[in-house]
Amino acid sequence: MRPIDYVYKGKKGEKAFLLGNEAIVRGALEGGLQFASTYPGTPSSEIGNVLSKIAKKVGIYFEFSTNEKVAMEVAGSAASSGLRSMTFFKHVGLNVAADAYMSLAYIGVKGGMLIVSADDPSMHSSQNEQDNRYYALLANIPMLEPSTPQEAKDMARDSFEISEELGLPVLMRTTTRVNHVRGVVELGEIKKMERKGHLDKDPSKYVPVPSNARKMHPLLLKKMERAREISERSEYNFIIDGEEKKFGIITSGVAYNYVHDYAAGKIPILKLGFTNPLPEKKIAEFLKDKEKILIVEELEPYLEREVRRIAQMEGIEVKIYGKYDGIMPRCYEYNPDIVKSSLSEVFGMSFPSDHVEKGEISLPSRPPVLCPGCPHRAIYYAVKKALQKKKIKMSDVIFPTDIGCYTLGIQKPYEMADYLLCMGSSAGTACGFSRATDQRVISFVGDSTFFHASIPAMINAKHNKQNFIYVILDNRTTAMTGFQPHPGLPVDGMGDEAPMILPEEITKGLGIPTYIVDPYDIKETQKTFEEVLEKNELSVVIARQECALLRYGRERKQGTLKLYTVDQEKCTKCKICVSQFACPAIYIDENGDIRISDVLCTGCGVCVDVCPFNAIKEVSKE
Amino acid sequence: MKDIAMVIAGVGGQGVITATTIIGYAALKSGLNAISSEVHGMAQRGGIVTVDMRIGTKRSPLIGKGEADIILGFEPVEAYRAMEKLKKDGIMIVSTNPIIPFTVGIGVEKYPDLKELLNDMRKKIERVVEIDALSLAKKAGNPSGLNMVMIGAASKYLGIPAENFEEVIRDYFPDRFVEANLKAFRLGREAVNNDRI
Repeated sequence: MRPIDYVYKGKKGEKAFLLGNEAIVRGALEGGLQFASTYPGTPSSEIGNVLSKIAKKVGIYFEFSTNEKVAMEVAGSAASSGLRSMTFFKHVGLNVAADAYMSLAYIGVKGGMLIVSADDPSMHSSQNEQDNRYYALLANIPMLEPSTPQEAKDMARDSFEISEELGLPVLMRTTTRVNHVRGVVELGEIKKMERKGHLDKDPSKYVPVPSNARKMHPLLLKKMERAREISERSEYNFIIDGEEKKFGIITSGVAYNYVHDYAAGKIPILKLGFTNPLPEKKIAEFLKDKEKILIVEELEPYLEREVRRIAQMEGIEVKIYGKYDGIMPRCYEYNPDIVKSSLSEVFGMSFPSDHVEKGEISLPSRPPVLCPGCPHRAIYYAVKKALQKKKIKMSDVIFPTDIGCYTLGIQKPYEMADYLLCMGSSAGTACGFSRATDQRVISFVGDSTFFHASIPAMINAKHNKQNFIYVILDNRTTAMTGFQPHPGLPVDGMGDEAPMILPEEITKGLGIPTYIVDPYDIKETQKTFEEVLEKNELSVVIARQECALLRYGRERKQGTLKLYTVDQEKCTKCKICVSQFACPAIYIDENGDIRISDVLCTGCGVCVDVCPFNAIKEVSKE
Repeated sequence: MKDIAMVIAGVGGQGVITATTIIGYAALKSGLNAISSEVHGMAQRGGIVTVDMRIGTKRSPLIGKGEADIILGFEPVEAYRAMEKLKKDGIMIVSTNPIIPFTVGIGVEKYPDLKELLNDMRKKIERVVEIDALSLAKKAGNPSGLNMVMIGAASKYLGIPAENFEEVIRDYFPDRFVEANLKAFRLGREAVNNDRI
């Protein structure tokens, strides 16, 4: 069996080597999951990818929603109808969903509801490393914090019972080193729920108009007092004893694993897994009679602040070490070296290490780049050419960008990513720049991101009479997170046929002049941009060309893949293809000749038009 | 048996993650615990991919400086880059087939001289096992089976019986790929002297 088979076919008691995200799906199934929604985002994406493949087989509903707010509303209302539901996204997705999330705490749920926030300490693939544990505190929603795939599975399973007992959604806060860690997971029984969704109407419970909301807030606080009792007796908050009784470590999440490996048995450890509300009595009990406490948690001093508060309120005198005194770092994920060094500093432990020296030979980097044949590269190239033709300087144009592979337009030689806030910000920030400056504005967005959050801002652009060019890079998939479908495709998250909504139907509906180009035809694309620049009005250009990886895969299978080569007789070594177009498949060999790698080339053929000397041609089939 | 910490270093597209999964299941088959940590997302074809992996009782998903018993280098530069994580008496298993980064192809950066790189590695590390993994993979009839060759080489040091790896490989791949992958695994295993940690 492959790992995904274990997720839904694995039997009770069996052990599987699962990715944290696969384990979360398994746990949710063991908890009786019936209904799930998401918007893809690393490091949470595989949860959706797995559900998308198995939803029909296990008889649950799953959708890729337009954005996280919609996903929260979809799953929240399903839970209010009595179904066990789950919604999940990367940490910043919860920002998008926050409005619905905050009210959902007031309204509560009937069927169990799990919300997974996948945080990304070190920002492996994110714009920030916000600590979403504060969202649990902010909304008064109970929180579980797993440290391993096994715990993530168990907590996902148990979250539904906890949620139903309290009538509140449960937030499970994971981090990259849970979501993207593979570990051995012992499976439990999959629970098949047969509940039918039905809303028992009661506006006093479900409609937070002020008169109702005022009753909901104290009720929520009461629910959280009950939640604290559950936290006090939860098995997810436990102590591992150690020899040095005067010392103690309080830890949660992935950091616990490092603490365990370097201090277990030596120093008593309080490991917290149910982290909102915190088990205050258990913590106070642990602090008593201790001289030194070290708090080991990634990112913000969430536990530390609370532990310091508890110590103060309980009148416990103990020296607490953590982030406020600079012992533990507040940025980036932890690793063994960081934890060992803090254990040495606070408790005087020693960890002899004899490592191989770092090499002195300087090594080349491997930065992420747009793939060979990527249509985004062709668009950036064509827009630049059009600007040159129109004698508009790059410094006189602002290029707001958005979240997707095309953010790599930040790199040389394109340098066409000037400003980015969040998903969909390409449209709203273009509105602001076009009003606030005299610079021209050309803004870039992907297809999935356009649907996600930029449509209200485009309505704003039209209504408030802004002037910019909005380029929708429609590569027919959500490429960066692993090719999930979106509303612009004729298929949904369960693999069924679905109505396809094209971006031009929306922008034309708004009365915005809309042009459609094929970026692989760079000459026509350049001409269109020259025309649009000339008109100088709010306009949309849709660059439609399938993601090169999908096209390459298909063409290779069908045997229709074209390959290209450089005619060395015609090549003048002007290097335009290397330095201005910069496709990774084109390289300079040891003799200084320009070559195209037949391993890397995906056959887009754009370089044929890029070469001013007609030196690039298709390789003949014979 | 003792806990093992291993860093697998390679380049996106070489099958590092598949290798990790196979080793994990082989460990599981042998009644051992395993944990591995990887970074997805911006990592794509041609980018650096490193996996920290532990077999045994340890829980830490990442490996610190000087903690690795083995570095399994799918690519020489990437093996060299990861060197600091290796224990002074650890084993470096390195494929000698470079993958030239895009930045080198366009003349912005340089790929170091391979001989010099490997010599420097041997100067710093006592136990270096060099493997021409690409040739062995081709010999096995599967040019993209470099990862299986590397698992084969590593299998000598992991305390996991070879038949458990073979069983996992049979289970994991569609039938038509099984034989070539098994062959690649065996060639990798044979390429290493019977050396134990």
